[in-house]
Amino acid sequence: MSTALQNLVNQPYKHGFVTDIETEAVAKGLNEDVIRMISKKKEEPEWLLEFRLAAYRHWLTMEEPAWANVSYPKIDFQDIIYFAQPKPKKQLASLDEVDPELRRTFEKLGVPLHEQKLMTGVAVDVIFDSVSVTTTYKAKLAEIGIIFCSFSEAVREHPELVKQYLGSVVPSGDNFYAALNSAVFTDGSFCYIPKGTKCPMDLSTYFRINTEGSGQFERTLIIAEEGSSVCYLEGCTAPQFDTNQLHAAVVELIALDNADIKYSTVQNWYAGDENGKGGIFNFVTKRGLCKGINSKISWTQVETGSAITWKYPSCVLLGDNSSGEFYSVALTNHLQQADTGTKMIHVGKNTRSKIIAKGISAGRSNNSYRGLVKIGSRATGARNYSQCDSMLLGDRCVANTFPTIDVQNVTAQVEHEASTSKIGEDQMFFFAQRGIGSEEAISMIINGFCKDVFVHLPMEFAVEATKLLGLKLEGSIG
Amino acid sequence: MINKGSKVLLEVKNLKAEVAGVAGVAGAEILKGVDLTVRAGEVHAIMGINGSGKSTFSKVLAGHPDYTVTGGKATFEGKDLFSLAPEQRARAGIFLAFQYPVEIPGVSNSALLRLAYNTLQTERGLEELDPLEFDDLVQEKIKVVEMDPSFLGRSVNEGFSGGEKKRNEILQMAVLEPKLAILDETDSGLDIDALRIVAKGVKSLLSSDNAVVMVTHYQRLLNYIVPDYVHVMDGGRIVRTGGKELALELEARGYDWLRAAA
Repeated sequence: MSTALQNLVNQPYKHGFVTDIETEAVAKGLNEDVIRMISKKKEEPEWLLEFRLAAYRHWLTMEEPAWANVSYPKIDFQDIIYFAQPKPKKQLASLDEVDPELRRTFEKLGVPLHEQKLMTGVAVDVIFDSVSVTTTYKAKLAEIGIIFCSFSEAVREHPELVKQYLGSVVPSGDNFYAALNSAVFTDGSFCYIPKGTKCPMDLSTYFRINTEGSGQFERTLIIAEEGSSVCYLEGCTAPQFDTNQLHAAVVELIALDNADIKYSTVQNWYAGDENGKGGIFNFVTKRGLCKGINSKISWTQVETGSAITWKYPSCVLLGDNSSGEFYSVALTNHLQQADTGTKMIHVGKNTRSKIIAKGISAGRSNNSYRGLVKIGSRATGARNYSQCDSMLLGDRCVANTFPTIDVQNVTAQVEHEASTSKIGEDQMFFFAQRGIGSEEAISMIINGFCKDVFVHLPMEFAVEATKLLGLKLEGSIG
Repeated sequence: MINKGSKVLLEVKNLKAEVAGVAGVAGAEILKGVDLTVRAGEVHAIMGINGSGKSTFSKVLAGHPDYTVTGGKATFEGKDLFSLAPEQRARAGIFLAFQYPVEIPGVSNSALLRLAYNTLQTERGLEELDPLEFDDLVQEKIKVVEMDPSFLGRSVNEGFSGGEKKRNEILQMAVLEPKLAILDETDSGLDIDALRIVAKGVKSLLSSDNAVVMVTHYQRLLNYIVPDYVHVMDGGRIVRTGGKELALELEARGYDWLRAAA
């Protein structure tokens, strides 16, 4: 690679500051007492404690998965803080009661908490370390029957819904990290869209890990009743620490007959420094269940942060004529490792799925797409289209594709396309010869490469994602 | 049009260059002392057999990273050309129409043209055009190369035929209005109709303020764009310079008689 292709990756991470706020944290380590304490602090009902303990006991029997194409030192699960929250913990009656230091933190991150200042049409739930800080527009949404609140509040106010759906898509023993999450999850967002209701604004959750050495185990549950629809956005950042932090979330989506859920993520956790020190281990289980006929779940993700990403937002297409979509951009730089993709499980008749995955590798990073398309025996007329494109920047990075296709019904149609490209020296010279500098050229090529995914992001997110990719690659070519 | 009093745009003296070596192996010298002076208003043709250094010469002028200048000098409007990065040379007004235009998947023709145009506007201290204003401009320019406006929305050169790619290069030239255009075998691979369109397009862009250097194998392009000077390159040097009649003579006699003479 020429000099023209060698200067673009070293933009400092701008969300790396730590908020100096008093936090209340339980001691490091995990045992049944810690779980009981978390449950007690959150004043949870007995059945939820039982759910946690059952998950914990199951987790103890499980092995950490080793099949992903990532390597990292063994995680000491006893060296993690499982619960941290800003002090003092009290019921917040209004936004004005939010700690000013916290409020400044989120303003710095571009997430203003004042409702009047919020982007029109977006309600925000904000999670700081282990607890939900505030949820905006709650009252307005409640008028039309939409419940949008922190997970803890949902447990208190709507236990019947939580009990009915919690673990129904991702069972507590589903996998190692999901089991761990089920045992120790602290907070997250809950969202319920009643029958026939189109959510009038985008719902958004903003996650922030602040305390060093703490893990974040949030739980998100979204239920879209018959004929309803919702668009949900998730953003994440974390301070810059030399130590790795664990993020093991579980997200469950349920779409009933004719319901439509669109879930978008722009993940910008701290990725570690250029030598791979520090950064978030992002081991997340996200799964949507298209339970009803004609239901639809669409995942869009832009993954830029995390030292390690292990994440496969999936769709189980149970209802006849239901459809699942997965649009992904995963960018890795320096020593980042990503093993990400999706699973589309076709169960019902005439179910459709579409996968568009774009991987960009720079520096010495390792970027893998891993996907499963499974057509069950009774999924007559099922269709899938998958496209996996990889782009390499430089000659020391790695891109892999591990697609698995399992078809058990002869009427199914499954297509898989893949490509690998490299930003070529000739392309860079062409841009230069038209007067365009290397950074602008790369940003143009990358945005062109990701266009098929970005069009599925809500406007503000698309703009943010475009900027983010530019920042992440600055200095990696030149 | 030759006017000895007009401004010198490009002056190249004893230029030597080699293809960049790989892993410690010294590169091969390709240009072995090229001299060329181009004034505003002039049309130059550089001819020669394959491997004579014609394309290398155009790429070295544009600053292609595969080549290293090992001797001589070149100035563009009095400025030392080799002290400028490739994008600075482009912004100064040097345009290279590529022999093999690259494909840029996902980047639309209009987005590329607008970014390149606005970069130049900024360089010249002029206002950038917004997408609507730019569209007005580009719709006019596209007529020069008789391209369908639908090409603007397509990815740069992706799935274009050879002729369409070359026309697209001329469209970029029309939009950027360079002071010095170097056409590197723009005529090769074109059928007669496409050649006519490309040549007509280039011709319509010529003025007394700019100049064009055409690198070509064939006389036929020169039937459309009549050169003021024809240079013959051989072994990395310009071995003969003449008027348009030299090209006709080459067409009739081939290159051997010149090579023997050199």
